[in-house]
Amino acid sequence: MTETVKDAEATPDAAQPYRELGLEDDEYARIREILGRRPTSSELAMYSVMWSEHCSYKSSKVHLRQFGSKAPETDAMLVGIGENAGVVDIGQGWAVTFKVESHNHPSYVEPYQGAATGVGGIVRDIMSMGARPVAVMDPLRFGPADAEDTRRVLPGVVAGVGGYGNCLGLPNVGGEVVFDPSYAGNPLVNALCVGVMRHEQIKLAHASGTGNLVVLFGAATGGDGIGGVSVLASETFDDAKPSKRPSVQVGDPFMEKVLIECCLELFDADLVVGIQDLGGAGLSCATSELASNGDGGMRVWLDRVPLRDPTLAPEEILMSESQERMCAVVEPAKLDAFLAICGRWDVLATVVGEVDDSGRLTVEWHGETVVDVPPRTVAHEGPVYERPYARPSWQDALQADDPSRLARPTTGADLRATLLDLVGSPNLCDKGWVTDQYDRYVLGNTVLAQPEDAGVVRVDDETGLGVAVATDGNGRFAKLDPYAGAQLALSEAYRNVAVTGARPLAVTDCLNFGSPEDPDVMWQFAEATRGLADACLELGVPVTGGNVSFYNQTGETAINPTPVVGVLGVVDDVRARVPMGFASPGEVVLLLGETRDELGGSEWAHHVHGHLGGLPPRVDLAAEKALASLMGSLVGVVSAAHDVSDGGFAQALAEMALRRGVGATVALDGVAADPFVALFAESVARAVVAVPADRADEVERLAGTYAVPVARLGTTGGDALAVDGLFAVPLDELRAAHTGTLPALFA
Amino acid sequence: MRVGVVTFPGSLDDADARRAVSLAGADAVALWHADADLHGVDAVVLPGGFSYGDYLRCGAIARFAPVMTEVVAAAERGLPVLGICNGFQVLCESHLLPGALIRNDHRKFNCVDQELVIENASTAWTSAYSAGQRVVVPLKNGEGGYVADDATLDRLEGEGRVVARYAGDNPNGSYRSIAGITNDRGNVVGLMPHPEHAVEQLTGPTTDGLAFFTSVLTAAVTA
Repeated sequence: MTETVKDAEATPDAAQPYRELGLEDDEYARIREILGRRPTSSELAMYSVMWSEHCSYKSSKVHLRQFGSKAPETDAMLVGIGENAGVVDIGQGWAVTFKVESHNHPSYVEPYQGAATGVGGIVRDIMSMGARPVAVMDPLRFGPADAEDTRRVLPGVVAGVGGYGNCLGLPNVGGEVVFDPSYAGNPLVNALCVGVMRHEQIKLAHASGTGNLVVLFGAATGGDGIGGVSVLASETFDDAKPSKRPSVQVGDPFMEKVLIECCLELFDADLVVGIQDLGGAGLSCATSELASNGDGGMRVWLDRVPLRDPTLAPEEILMSESQERMCAVVEPAKLDAFLAICGRWDVLATVVGEVDDSGRLTVEWHGETVVDVPPRTVAHEGPVYERPYARPSWQDALQADDPSRLARPTTGADLRATLLDLVGSPNLCDKGWVTDQYDRYVLGNTVLAQPEDAGVVRVDDETGLGVAVATDGNGRFAKLDPYAGAQLALSEAYRNVAVTGARPLAVTDCLNFGSPEDPDVMWQFAEATRGLADACLELGVPVTGGNVSFYNQTGETAINPTPVVGVLGVVDDVRARVPMGFASPGEVVLLLGETRDELGGSEWAHHVHGHLGGLPPRVDLAAEKALASLMGSLVGVVSAAHDVSDGGFAQALAEMALRRGVGATVALDGVAADPFVALFAESVARAVVAVPADRADEVERLAGTYAVPVARLGTTGGDALAVDGLFAVPLDELRAAHTGTLPALFA
Repeated sequence: MRVGVVTFPGSLDDADARRAVSLAGADAVALWHADADLHGVDAVVLPGGFSYGDYLRCGAIARFAPVMTEVVAAAERGLPVLGICNGFQVLCESHLLPGALIRNDHRKFNCVDQELVIENASTAWTSAYSAGQRVVVPLKNGEGGYVADDATLDRLEGEGRVVARYAGDNPNGSYRSIAGITNDRGNVVGLMPHPEHAVEQLTGPTTDGLAFFTSVLTAAVTA
């Protein structure tokens, strides 16, 4: 029996299942106060999903405000935080929008569909800004590589990312695959999408103009994902509540591909006043956000929504998270043209409402009013919590447990064995088994893709204008020091973009943490956001948008705090991009930056000793900035450049040699006095470059100009990686160690 | 010289095929699946992708698109037609080429830079190559395993209708490592790898694929 506003008024004391929907007592009381009566069941459904952690950011909001208050001065930002995704100016009239989001919990429950719909959701966010999606990347984190459950989760997640993205025709140009025991019961499946548009094509989720029509288009609405937002994204996995699990949505990438092309035609024909995708919280979110951002109110005829399942109740229709749906605001005079384009693409389109000047969002069901609310209270004025936080009692002991007590290899033979062990370790090995399942070529604009430092995509065929994007995150560093860990994630992504020859411009972040109700976790979150905001200010790259994912924990055990940071850079001419691999023999190899004895949280400590303790590498943003400026001036000078990070100089050198099968001979005395530190320390702000012999002086001179330490280490060439006086490894042996790991585990 | 590139709902590499046609020096003409008209083009490319979501079977629904009635009729009159990946699947479903494409034997989507041996350099789409030439172009598909009965395979080989074979390890379980075939007249070619993604040094592993598109320029002139 459908409950109307009149029913709610007539039965003010009827008991309502607000707790089961995830609302607290005081939240429910506030809804009653806002409405001046008890909510109807449909209103309760709307508030419960929109006030969930996932949609309302109620625990994170007070911390996220720093990204605005500390934002660096920039002319590049065209649309800031708060819209579906931020938009930055890359010049020549082009704008780029990008954003990273999480789909962690659904991907644990149902790896294929969870990961697939994660891609679908972020792509629709990008579309709703008016952009053509041009690339995706997926930072993925799993439990130990050899764990039984990883064998269940990883192949499904990878197949889901590929299955959806490949069928959508979007190149997958980067991302990460990381293994750590802390993700065993809680994999992190983050998805990033980049879109491009002309400045004048930017669209916003605003419902303006009384009398304009609200058109729902795309897939019909079904029962999938009902309650996914409030239940799946906002509660930890607990065996006591298995009934809430099967709420994962099911994706149809073909529908989404058609929807992309249809939307782009609608934008080109200027038929849309405002647009919003339907993601988490479905119609509840789309209608309340459109109305809240508009200048009046909105009236929705819910019974007109096309259904896959005719038995769905109005509450369920409002909460459904069926995929591949969009909502547009259209002027009545343009409706026929709008419907004609939808018809050409066989996309179902239905007028389900209209903009009015009531200041209210009203929803009717067969002539009866079932929702009558101020839209801002649903979409933008949800609860805000100042969650208590405190530095964990174990933090000092963790930092005191320095890796200096760990046994280090010293002889040439031991260093050689360590190198081979590390290049084949799950975190440092070749990820081709994963990334070969993704199409990196489609659209024909991929200039660099994994395993390169950043994905580089051409935007303009004529001028060669392009963008570079990289994502990074290191949960171990963030566990040791969340403030520094977030800054290190930014540092690395910033550096990865810079070494390809791009100018870093903007940031998106996906903040993956445990339960905000745990003061330890909340402290990690507060520290990480503060660190990231401070570093963005110093590096001059604003956060344009992103996502917070809380409750990533199993029982009482939270994941390592994992801020994943994506950096977008602009490349004035992609023909001048700098790839990572040694290109030809006889070139000079140089190291830029300073190497210190920094092994806390390193891959060596993790893989060889199973150790996590001490402090992460020292953050040096001034050095990062200098290195990035230097890299910009080295475009056209160096033939290869590669960032030094996880696994240290040894790993960087191995990757550069294996990329195109060109070896190198180097001496380590220019890196550090201790060969072990030289090879495996993870100090920041470093890169290895190769340059034709006659231009090596120029690199040294320019490094001097930017005050970046530089050392000539040796030359490229040969079929081996040789370290003077210590060891040599034939490339075939190195390749076998580097590429064999994942196929052996998952094939 | 005008080369049409068909867009079905779910076509993905259509813009790439048009770019390859342009780089080869021809005019690329966008053809629409629902439009039973080839607009007077001199050759047609059926591009890669997942036409109609690959529902039912890859290429099975695209075969019934209005534009395909025209493509089939024109192909039978000698119009050069190249089907790439999903386009190859459509050509097989349309019975312009024998055999079928099934799921890769390792059951995964696979995107690699693939070496091929061009075996037949006398088709409308391969005349700019020489027989035995080795080329590297991207291969990217989930259902690229070419299958046919032994008699058909013997006939294809006997008549020199294997256009290209995979060099080295078989990447998808294709019978006899077949990567592409042609009809008996040599105007219709189906190819699982993607030559349109090897036309620019900047974005492809090589520029080895461009000759597929330059080949057809001479074919159409002499046809």
